[in-house]
Amino acid sequence: MPFGNTHNKLKMNYSSEQEYPDLSKHNNHMAKVLTPEMYGNLRDKETPSGFTLDDVIQTGVDNPGHPFIMTVGCVAGDEETYDVFKELMDPVIEDRHGGYKPSDKHKTDLNSDNLQGGDDLDPNYVLSSRVRTGRSIRGFCLPPHCSRGERRAIENLSIESLDSLDGDLKGKYYALKNMTDEEQQQLIDDHFLFDKPVSPLLLASGMARDWPDGRGIWHNDNKTFLVWVNEEDHLRVISMQKGGNMREVFTRFCTGLTKIEALFKERSHEFMWNEHLGYVLTCPSNLGTGLRAGVHVKLPNLSKHEKFGEILKKLRLQKRGTGGVDTAAVGGVFDISNADRLGFSEVELVQMVVDGVNLLVDMEKRLEGGDSIDDLMPEQK
Amino acid sequence: MASSFSRILSSKRHVGILSFVGGSVTAGLLLHREHVSAGAPVRRSYPASAEYPDLRKHNNCMATNLTPAIYAKLCDKATPSGYTLDQAIQTGVDNPGHPFIKTVGMVAGDEESYEVFADLLDPVIKERHNGYDPRNMKHPTDLDASKIQSGQFDERYVLSSRVRTGRSIRGLSLPPACTRAERREVERVVVDALAGLKGDLTGRYYSLTQMTDKEQQQLIDDHFLFDKPVSPLLTCAGMARDWPDARGIWHNNEKTFLIWVNEEDHTRVISMEKGGNMRRVFERFCRGLKEVERLIQERGWEFMWNERLGYILTCPSNLGTGLRAGVHVKLPLLGKDPRFSKILDNLRLQKRGTGGVDTAAVGGVFDISNLDRLGQSEVQLVQTVIDGVSYLIECEKRLERGQDIKVPPPLKQFK
Repeated sequence: MPFGNTHNKLKMNYSSEQEYPDLSKHNNHMAKVLTPEMYGNLRDKETPSGFTLDDVIQTGVDNPGHPFIMTVGCVAGDEETYDVFKELMDPVIEDRHGGYKPSDKHKTDLNSDNLQGGDDLDPNYVLSSRVRTGRSIRGFCLPPHCSRGERRAIENLSIESLDSLDGDLKGKYYALKNMTDEEQQQLIDDHFLFDKPVSPLLLASGMARDWPDGRGIWHNDNKTFLVWVNEEDHLRVISMQKGGNMREVFTRFCTGLTKIEALFKERSHEFMWNEHLGYVLTCPSNLGTGLRAGVHVKLPNLSKHEKFGEILKKLRLQKRGTGGVDTAAVGGVFDISNADRLGFSEVELVQMVVDGVNLLVDMEKRLEGGDSIDDLMPEQK
Repeated sequence: MASSFSRILSSKRHVGILSFVGGSVTAGLLLHREHVSAGAPVRRSYPASAEYPDLRKHNNCMATNLTPAIYAKLCDKATPSGYTLDQAIQTGVDNPGHPFIKTVGMVAGDEESYEVFADLLDPVIKERHNGYDPRNMKHPTDLDASKIQSGQFDERYVLSSRVRTGRSIRGLSLPPACTRAERREVERVVVDALAGLKGDLTGRYYSLTQMTDKEQQQLIDDHFLFDKPVSPLLTCAGMARDWPDARGIWHNNEKTFLIWVNEEDHTRVISMEKGGNMRRVFERFCRGLKEVERLIQERGWEFMWNERLGYILTCPSNLGTGLRAGVHVKLPLLGKDPRFSKILDNLRLQKRGTGGVDTAAVGGVFDISNLDRLGQSEVQLVQTVIDGVSYLIECEKRLERGQDIKVPPPLKQFK
């Protein structure tokens, strides 16, 4: 919002060539796709709430990227962004999500009964299990664009709905701007507290405006179900626990999400969703399921194997350090999660993680015993 | 110096902007306070009370002066080019400030911001500039360096002398709000004009996007290169967008006159040299500024200026002269004297470390410069620095000889 919706008409006084960004040193999905012609076609458009092309791409213009890591380089300011700026978003989505076409349909499946197994990942290797996703509330602008009034309304709606959860989901909300030092320390110790974004990828899109107004953390008394309010998305929903019972984590995840959705509906609000893009979130990389299911798993031998990267690729998994994205693995412990978000259902993605991690642990055990893993090599999923 | 509206109206370059703001012949009068009309109203779904920022933990001039009533009055207004109140105050909302250092907490997106949001900016200006009231006071501009008395410091104490200011190109939005095309236009206009400088001012431009590694290293060694802003005060205001597009550094061959393009302002103009000849530094400053102004006027452009606020810049703290005249001066004894701060205060000077604002003094060397920007002319402010630094050097010499020093009486605020 601060970077220009009311200003869009001013730009029309200049030609498209004069306004077109210099992307010659850039390496992100937006820069690959945004030709001068496309810029010319889209620059006079706005979503109904006033989000413009330059708002969409600002983060990608300001962050040229990395030769090895391909960032997305654009964000949505509201649900309509994906429609009004289709000409840009469709090829970005296709590139980012492995060839997902504008005509493709995305399947949503939050029925944890459809998951096979998953309750017995070897706890000697799998230290913890976690599933996260995001949800956006239809009718409100997304974090790059929302006003303070909207953000507060999202917070109030969320608190009201979450306060109605009961049973093992019963919990409490901690507003970032009101929390006591004691509460803050506890949340840090539990590894729950999120801080003001420092990544220039997020800052350049305007998501950190007015921090910490309207932001907070809700978690259940058992500390196994956690919701972030107004960080990078309206809601980030996380189910987690120590050990390898991914099935239980996923069941709680589905139950919790379904209940939250019902509570919002009781208040006449629904989540942003459509049959092409699934759940709509701020970053195009999180469309579809928005789901990342992962484990912290000890793979000191396998991780040194020359085919480790290839195996992960075939299993449609990715590795991260135990601090999350962009961190290094410590002590041979890796964060292993699904690489995909869109084009597969929630159940399918968690199944891939469960089956994949089981195989990785089997391989680790073989290598521990000095045996070969050649016969265990997977096919491309 | 004062805007000649006929030049704006007749220039073909400005027809686009005029037709945007309504095509009215009186568009030139938009620059007078009474006639500035806001642009199209801003779309709002929530009442002002739901949007009013939480400023309870804030300590900046914007937070002190932005009452809910003023917010409600201004929140649905925009300048003719579309800049809004929320954009102007965003940096102050995002940066609560420091208990000891009171920042300004807001910026202007264009010249008209100072009119459309006057209900907030006027009290902010008054607070920041020690009581200068834009509603009933006039700011004097005086770039006649011949009026300066003395101005050659004892070079056993003064290591270097420097004068800086900023200038904005009328008709183009300021760094928080400018589009890429506007920013490129600022660069084009300024670089084009600077190419006309001659004699000791002859120089060249180094664009940030195109400089070679060798050029970059030289500029770093000369302490000329500026980098992408990291201060959240600046980044939250949107000034670093599209970096490094259309940013650059121009300097003369002698390396005594330097211009930054599209950093925190359209231009920052700096005259400097080693040693204590502040008089010559200021003379070059005035000559260079006037020459640049003449060169842009030849091409149909002018600087943003009015008699209420002087030169218009992005940050309200730099209005008026936008001038900081300073020296690096060795004051090891005086610097340790408990009366040092009071002496500086009364002389209307401020101290900084030798790395600039927010740095510490090293080896007893201080950066001493004028406190004020608005309400006194350039000549007056530079004279204040000359007289004040001379006094400080006298104090240092007295302390060296074991003699006592006196705290001078406070200088009058507005002359």
